[in-house]
Formats: sequence, structure tokens, C-alpha cells
Amino acid sequence: MESIFIEGTLKTPIVKFDGKTGIVEIKGRSIPENSIEFYKPLVDWLEEYAKKPLEKTQVNVQLEYFNTSSSKCILDVFKKLEAIHKAKHDVVINWYYEEDDEDMLEAGEDYESIIRVPFKMIEIVD
Amino acid sequence: MGFNVKEYYENISKGNILLAYKGSITSELINDVLEAVEKKLEEVNELSKTRKKLYNVLVESMQNLYHHIEESHEGITEEFDPKFGLLVIEKEDGMYKVTTGNFINSTKIKFLKEKIDKINSLSRDELKDMYKFILNHQKLSAKGGGGLGLVDIARKTGSKLEYVFHNYNNNYYFFNLIIKV
Repeated sequence: MESIFIEGTLKTPIVKFDGKTGIVEIKGRSIPENSIEFYKPLVDWLEEYAKKPLEKTQVNVQLEYFNTSSSKCILDVFKKLEAIHKAKHDVVINWYYEEDDEDMLEAGEDYESIIRVPFKMIEIVD
Repeated sequence: MGFNVKEYYENISKGNILLAYKGSITSELINDVLEAVEKKLEEVNELSKTRKKLYNVLVESMQNLYHHIEESHEGITEEFDPKFGLLVIEKEDGMYKVTTGNFINSTKIKFLKEKIDKINSLSRDELKDMYKFILNHQKLSAKGGGGLGLVDIARKTGSKLEYVFHNYNNNYYFFNLIIKV
């Protein structure tokens, strides 16, 4: 299936959803005023992907900042991944956070407690 | 004549100011403020932890203004821009104090006051639960607001939200929110 590559901007992250490798990446800042506009194509893509997912889907989320508007859309992304996992496909979410950023670690743990997909919390050390 | 917004703005802009703005709250303005503040915090070598918390608070508080400010204010003089809001960031006693201000219809005060009082009454763990509940159960509005901004601010700063409603005219109050980071 087609892949999605989106360059980052001041308020939106770099996105790479690769249908050939099953690697899904969101990196940078996600602070748009209206995040639905930005995330809808990503959620739609995952819905398509979920029909015929690869054996292994690896998700890398490395956000410096995200706003509460994005937090709900990120949950929607994770819910799509949860459905793939529930259908007995291998999914792992790698949640990256900077070493002193407890808020980002805690945000990852919030998602981990809501979404039934294995999470890996990965500290980025400078 | 009710509350004097200009005099209030001048008064709170006198301290150790990082940034002070009054006027329309637009998406571009939010970009400009974030960029300016980020630059200043870098110049003074602020701890990255504090920098991130302040940045998050600014994003949420300005986007709250952006989403909730009413376009037209009945009976409010023409000297105010449409989507008028104010933002002052100052350093006081080693903390950053963020003050926002906007006109609010008097019919919305009860809801907002109850929401803030509720948030202020919760412990850290209860705030976490409230955040997760809203995150998981409430849909985003058409504008992209999620009702999570204030909860997130309270959670990240660990301090109580201070607020004042100043009577402006029969229908409007000027709402001030004060956040300490």
C-alpha cells in the first residue's frame, strides 16, 4: 500500500507511515490548533492498513511537545493499532522521551494504561 | 463603565516582563509568541524542564483563548479587536507567572468557575484520572478543542489555577486566569 511521508512544520510533526516495512513514525512537535485536520488522513491510512497489515508493525513516537488537541488524535491512532494487535498481528509502540522529561514519560504511560498494545518507553540520552 | 481592561493590562505589564501582548489571538500570533519565548528562555539558559513546562502552558492557555474567545462582544466598545485577548508572562519570585485575559459571556461563568474549582480540588493522582477519563471519553469539538487544556495545565504545573471574573457590563465579564510555572 502507498506510504505517507509528511515534512514537519512549526506546529505539526514529521510523519512516515511506511506500508512496505510496517514502520510508523511520528516525530517532532504536534501543537496545531485543530489537530483533526492533520490526523484524519493518518487514522484513515491505518484503517486501510489494518485490513491487510504486515506481520510486524513497529510504531515510533518521538514527540518534543504535543497539545491536548493532538492527544485525542494520537489516541485515535493508537486505537487503530490496538485493533491490528487484537487481530493477532504483532504491534509494538516505542514511546521516546528525553531523559529529564517526566511529563512526556507520564503521557506515554497514560496511553499505555488505556491501549492494549505493548509499549516500550525509551529514554533518549544526549 | 465596568472593569478597565487597559489600566489592568498596564498594571500587570510593569514587573519583570518576558512578554506582554493585547489584541487579536490568531494562529500566527501563537506562533510568534512561542518563538519569541523559546528564544528568550534559551538566552537565559533556563532549565529544559522548566522551558518545556512553560511552553506547554503557553500552548494550552493561548489555544484555549483561540478556541473560546467570542468573535463579537455586544456592548463592548470598538477599541477592542475582534477575538481580543491578553497575555502577560513575567518572572516573579523565581517562577514564571502567565496571565491571560478575555471577555466571557456571563452565562458561561458558572460552568467555567465550577470546572476550575473542581480541578483545583483534585490531588495529583485524581487529576491524572480526570485527564485520562476526558481523553478517552470526550470527543473533540469541531474547532479541535477537547476540554483538556486546563486539566493539563494543572497537572503539568502542579499549582492551583488562580482566576478572577471582573464585571464589564450587563452581559460580559473579563476573565483572568493566572498560572504559575
